[in-house]
Amino acid sequence: MTFIGKSVKRVEDQRFLTGKGRYTDDIVLPGMTYAYILRSPYAHAKILSINTSKAEAMDGVVKIFTGKDIAAAGINGVPCGWQVNFKNGDTMKEPPHPLLVADKARYAGDGVAMIIAESKEAARDAADMVDVEYEELDAVTNAADAVADGKPLVHDDAPNNMCFDWELGNPIDEVNAAMSAADHITSLEFTNQRVIPNAMEPRAAIGQYEDHSGKYTLHTTSQNPHLTRLLMCAFVLGVPEHKVRVVAPDVGGGFGSKIFHYAEEALVIWASKQLNRPVKWTSDRSEAFLTDAHGRDHISKAEMGFDKDGNILALRVKTHANLGAYLSTFAPCVPTWLHGTLLQGLYTTPKINVDVTGVFTHTTPVDAYRGAGRPEATYLLERLLDKAALEMKRDPAELRLQNFIPAFDGVKEEGYMTQVALQYDSGNYHGVLERALEMVGYEDFRKEQAAARDEGRLLGIGFSTYIEACGIAPSAVVGALGARAGLYESAQVRVQPTGKVSVYSGSHSHGQGHETTFAQVVADKLGIPLEDVEIVHGDSEAVAFGMGTYGSRSLAVGGSAIVRSIEKVLEKGAQIAAHKLEANPEDLEYAGGKWTVKGTDKSVAFGDVALTAYVPHDYPQGLEPGMDFSSFYDPANFTYPFGAHIAIVEVDKDTGKVSLKRFIAVDDVGNVINPMIVDGQIHGGLAQGIGQALFEGAIYDEYGQLTNGSYMDYTMPRADDLPSFEVDRQVTPCPHNPLGVKGAGEAGCIGSTPAVVNAVMDALAPFGIKDLEMPMTPERVWRTMNS
Amino acid sequence: MAKVELIVNGQSVEKEVEDRTLLAQFLRDTLQLTGTHVGCDTSSCGACTILVDGKAVKSCTILAVQADGSHIKTIEGMATNGALHPLQEGFKEEHGLQCGFCTPGMIMTAADLLSHNNDPSEQEIREALEGNFCRCTGYHNIVRSIQHAAKKIRSGEAAVSA
Repeated sequence: MTFIGKSVKRVEDQRFLTGKGRYTDDIVLPGMTYAYILRSPYAHAKILSINTSKAEAMDGVVKIFTGKDIAAAGINGVPCGWQVNFKNGDTMKEPPHPLLVADKARYAGDGVAMIIAESKEAARDAADMVDVEYEELDAVTNAADAVADGKPLVHDDAPNNMCFDWELGNPIDEVNAAMSAADHITSLEFTNQRVIPNAMEPRAAIGQYEDHSGKYTLHTTSQNPHLTRLLMCAFVLGVPEHKVRVVAPDVGGGFGSKIFHYAEEALVIWASKQLNRPVKWTSDRSEAFLTDAHGRDHISKAEMGFDKDGNILALRVKTHANLGAYLSTFAPCVPTWLHGTLLQGLYTTPKINVDVTGVFTHTTPVDAYRGAGRPEATYLLERLLDKAALEMKRDPAELRLQNFIPAFDGVKEEGYMTQVALQYDSGNYHGVLERALEMVGYEDFRKEQAAARDEGRLLGIGFSTYIEACGIAPSAVVGALGARAGLYESAQVRVQPTGKVSVYSGSHSHGQGHETTFAQVVADKLGIPLEDVEIVHGDSEAVAFGMGTYGSRSLAVGGSAIVRSIEKVLEKGAQIAAHKLEANPEDLEYAGGKWTVKGTDKSVAFGDVALTAYVPHDYPQGLEPGMDFSSFYDPANFTYPFGAHIAIVEVDKDTGKVSLKRFIAVDDVGNVINPMIVDGQIHGGLAQGIGQALFEGAIYDEYGQLTNGSYMDYTMPRADDLPSFEVDRQVTPCPHNPLGVKGAGEAGCIGSTPAVVNAVMDALAPFGIKDLEMPMTPERVWRTMNS
Repeated sequence: MAKVELIVNGQSVEKEVEDRTLLAQFLRDTLQLTGTHVGCDTSSCGACTILVDGKAVKSCTILAVQADGSHIKTIEGMATNGALHPLQEGFKEEHGLQCGFCTPGMIMTAADLLSHNNDPSEQEIREALEGNFCRCTGYHNIVRSIQHAAKKIRSGEAAVSA
């Protein structure tokens, strides 16, 4: 029985389909209290005084804590997990990020007080009665503006609001020289706008302290429970790590926003000990808009130089990256090591220089959002390519094919060394674009487009070809780049005496389907039924350690750790089997769930060997009983999925509305364990990337107010905004992990945005419009057509 | 406080509630029917959709007291004697869910649609889902899940139990 490569239906679905999923907010503990966080309505304000006496006297109020109480308790702020220094070697600016602020609010949404009551409603009612006297100050929200002299400072010790400045690639002199030798330079100044992740389950956290054992339990909506425990224990609360259990039960989507350690997690844990009662906090959607870490928000200038034949000669990029008011867990890494390193794209560009300034502003912190840095890099490159094609009167598909890196498998042919610090593992870039062109029927479309233009209809086609660095990440490499953690993954494979198998993974599923995909790998490698495998994740008490799920790493890193543990199981199993069969372990082969003496019909089944390991009466001398193995897998390299996306749109001349008519995606994510799940990941990513192109975008006013912080104002992609997607796959295995997989979680979101934008630009070409900012709303498109 | 009496998933329920209690809160907090989810505070996302007298209603838009005397069906009441409703089966077969948070609301909205149109076009399905957000699936497989269920219902293998 083989499972790898089959669209096995998901084992987790049963509970979700019958209303039995168990998300954090579903959990009710005896004696539980409810917390509400009172937040600053101002983006930048001094807190002159807080009076809680009226609120404290209200029915049902248990306790109110303010920023002063937190400071008095000696609690540190939330730490940052990545350090990116200034070019001159100065340490990055890393101001404290208090759990509740005592004297100054730095974004609208900064926590000021925590009201704890017997019910959610009582806590919220009491919050209305807390008197906070503020002195409002001027705010900065735009990263490029915030670095100018004389602007309001977010943190007094970060001059010009700069957190770091950073450079990667070839020396700027070499890039400038290559650029001046160019026959054509295409340039682009643009904003990759801030988007809001909007996992459908709002964040929630329950802190529980048990005084009989001195132990804490945190239930939280996390992609990353072990890292949350480590950061909270070691850096925020100073609570012993072995006394804290962190559980991330069913989690309703993350898309990056639930990677990070948030203030509310530490607050409920700390408060639960002060009150000796469980404390639950559940975000509402308005609060999620203000406090979940946002994504993107780059302001960039990019130039690409070409020779007269259209060969790319050089790329020069300057980016101001908005980090928000405080550093979220991985914030400094996203616009640098996950963005600058991807500017080679799929092209042979010989000279590249990228310069990034990380900037504090009076806005919600910005961190990884699906794709994290790689969508920004892809958008930049792919807009440049389509714009260059238009300017040089070249076909955009042909211009890409001409500049692609030739195919290499990473085994016989070496990995491709980029100008920006990475070595690609394996790739066949021409293959995906050629397949996508075939699927779209490119020549026919151009004829249809010409005919439509004659009728006054605006049809457009847009291309995007992308590469991403996934399978995050080799610990030594990321350590050298500023990571303050390793990025390996752990897996424990416990074979039970009856031959059933429990697998404990440090990876975490919040929709990705680990309980199915991982079980397929285990059942396949062990030759046992799928239902004999149980995947356990998301509980620090059950799982040894873990680095969680993000960066399309679960299967490439977490799955590889499982394979390593299975190899150990099979090695020990072979010794027991050899003893039972009176043969040498080397003479055995394992297939179909049993060890067989090669060339004979003598065999022993997996279940018999498992039982023997736990009942070792007749057993190999010197061998330990039991069958339970752990592995920590640290990858040799990143993985590099890639693909080609094509969008076809029609723009309504009268209203400016963009209709997405077709979307073709050909992705190469290496080997595939469950095609149904991989397709699902691609579909979801596409919708998010298309959302950024056409609908989504956080809008701050000059006072630092998020003016569209609700679903009445922020446009989420809906079912009737999207077509059915046309997806296909190419398989170029990853040469350096045991499953040959590359990761599929972010691909759709990385490739799709520029494809849609390029299609709109193509549709608008008759108007001579070359640039247009996202999101391409009807109003923006109409105004541009009519200006 | 006010008294509400209603039938929830075939069972009579009689409870005292605060006047301001939303039906969604009542289901989740008072009856512990946590399959109904709350994803927003503006009645936009549809995660809390249930059936009130057979019609899809966002349970965060009405007070528990307004539902007095009505028949309520939630995701917990969709399967009969352990057999999945065709929609639940469709979502499983066509991978119509990932994180599962929007799923109950999607299924209840689709149940309303299929109760008056058992052969909806793709466009009709997409329009029917306008009030339900999904951030995981891009809706592609949700459309197929509902088509799967509609086909099964049309074939007479299962009756719509909206």
